Amino acid sequence: MMRQLAVLPVMLLAVLGTLTAGPVRAELQIQITEGVDKAIPVAVVPFGWQGSGTPPPLDAAAIIAADLARSGRYAPMDRQDMLQRPTSSAEVDFGSWRIQNTDVLVIGRVVETGAGQYDLQFQVFDVLRGQQLLGYRQPATTADFRRSSHRAADIIYEKLTGIRGIFSTRIAYITVVRGSGRIAGKTSFRLVVADADGENPKVMVESPEPLMSPTWSPDGRKLAYVSFEAHRSEIYVQDLRSGTRQRVSARPGVNGAPAWSPDGRRLALALSRQDGNLDVYTLDISAQMPTRLTTSPAIDTEPAWSPDGQLIYFTSDATGGPQIYRVPSDGGKIQRVTFEGSYNARPRVSPDGKQLAVVHNDRGNYRIALFDLARSTIQVLTDGRLDESPSFAPNGEVLIYATREGSRGVLATVSADGRIKQRISAVEGDVREPAWSPFSPN
Amino acid sequence: MTSLRTLAAVLVVALVTACAGPSKSTMDDSAAAAAAGSGAASSGVNDGSMGQGGSLDGSMSGSGGALGGPGASQENRVIYFDFDRFDVKPEYNAILQAHSRYLVANPTAHIRLEGHADERGSREYNIGLGEKRAQAVRNVLLLQGATSSQISTVSFGEERPAVIGSDEEAWSLNRRVEIVYGP
Repeated sequence: MMRQLAVLPVMLLAVLGTLTAGPVRAELQIQITEGVDKAIPVAVVPFGWQGSGTPPPLDAAAIIAADLARSGRYAPMDRQDMLQRPTSSAEVDFGSWRIQNTDVLVIGRVVETGAGQYDLQFQVFDVLRGQQLLGYRQPATTADFRRSSHRAADIIYEKLTGIRGIFSTRIAYITVVRGSGRIAGKTSFRLVVADADGENPKVMVESPEPLMSPTWSPDGRKLAYVSFEAHRSEIYVQDLRSGTRQRVSARPGVNGAPAWSPDGRRLALALSRQDGNLDVYTLDISAQMPTRLTTSPAIDTEPAWSPDGQLIYFTSDATGGPQIYRVPSDGGKIQRVTFEGSYNARPRVSPDGKQLAVVHNDRGNYRIALFDLARSTIQVLTDGRLDESPSFAPNGEVLIYATREGSRGVLATVSADGRIKQRISAVEGDVREPAWSPFSPN
Repeated sequence: MTSLRTLAAVLVVALVTACAGPSKSTMDDSAAAAAAGSGAASSGVNDGSMGQGGSLDGSMSGSGGALGGPGASQENRVIYFDFDRFDVKPEYNAILQAHSRYLVANPTAHIRLEGHADERGSREYNIGLGEKRAQAVRNVLLLQGATSSQISTVSFGEERPAVIGSDEEAWSLNRRVEIVYGP
């Protein structure tokens, strides 16, 4: 009964979010602030149309070109500069593209295969060699046309770089919109899920009380997060498609920092119980029994699982300032991991398990740094004053994090080698606590 | 509820301003504009003197009613902390004693201690700091005779700043525990 009552308002909010998606659309605007010195010139020619009905409303080639540009590695040619617009390989004149200094050419066609059903047929060419690198057919529907176009970009990117693309992934984040007056103004917290390019934002939860710490289930279908809607911290798990949710922890004291185990069965979390001191626990989601992993009088929080599920990294101030420690996920000996610097907090483990992204105090500035677990070295990636909440893209190539633009909270991405940087700001309010989704199932 | 808390925060700023002499606004635009709208402006808070304005001395020589209990002025219901610290500074002993006297005298009275942190560092760690601060104040009140059933704690970390801004002044006003009377 409790549970059903709790679910109802969220479903109403979800509806409200859809209704108000027009005017309050928290569209994110992405700007590349630093790219690689020599982005590879690529031409993505507008796709042809083969069908009897009306073509789909979206422009697949434009979506693919924008994705490649956002990677920072490719520089797509402006359409008005294209001297030819081939849609089949027979029409391609490599000499002409060479004169225009294009290295990579992408052409394609949208082929109608049924009512509201299509194939995106596309080919990728190495212009210098005059060779086809890839031919592919990606099914699409009217409803998932945008997602399918991102998938096409993923496939092209993987062919060109050897790295799995992340254009069809999503990001979850929190937005905070404060009213105009300090007294009269109402603050609104929203948990939003958008495509990785910031399009298609959907408000999952809206509350006048803080929302925090969104984290993805390994299958990409659910989010766990902290809500203060009951004027205290509680952890919820919410299904993204249906909007239904379950309150999984509302124990006395703090319920915070949820992190999903790689097998999806457990959450690691921070609980204070009665004594007011945070410790790291795991919680079997269906059995609801918490297992305590730390017992120190220090603040132990922000757990993160290693990809194999064996270890949990966490923040602890057991020696004064916050540092990273680790403990076996089934309990055991606690080991300190970071020693360099006065402040290392909120670890996130890279998909290959070899590095931790942390919030690191760099001469008085809070910045995102990568800690190499084998070599115990730390590399600062960002240059802000108050950078926080790093989250790895599922291919490990890029991190998204929260930073400031003036007094506003905005998101930014940085490549793991520190070379490519982007700024992502919302149209209104602050954006914070980004969480990159896992790869979505095909 | 929320608006009361916001009002309280603005009052804190106003009171500090009143005690600190000429105002020097260093808040960001939105906060400065908002503060101006309420007739106050941010001011130099440079040491641990906040929360010990003139009314504290005045009420100490008087009945003591304004120091503790639900009638306490807003500045006597906020305890401030140093960066990354959760020890209660001795200057707050008088305020906390007045609150525990009220709780002892009124066994059915109940307070909520709301712990907060400044915006620096990671958010969940700051939840831990806010909780530690609330617990530190709770422990002082328990030592002074209040009972544990009279006190609940909640930590908002950096999620509910009293003052918007990214400078020492704003940070020092946000590292706090607010004493809220009620269920």
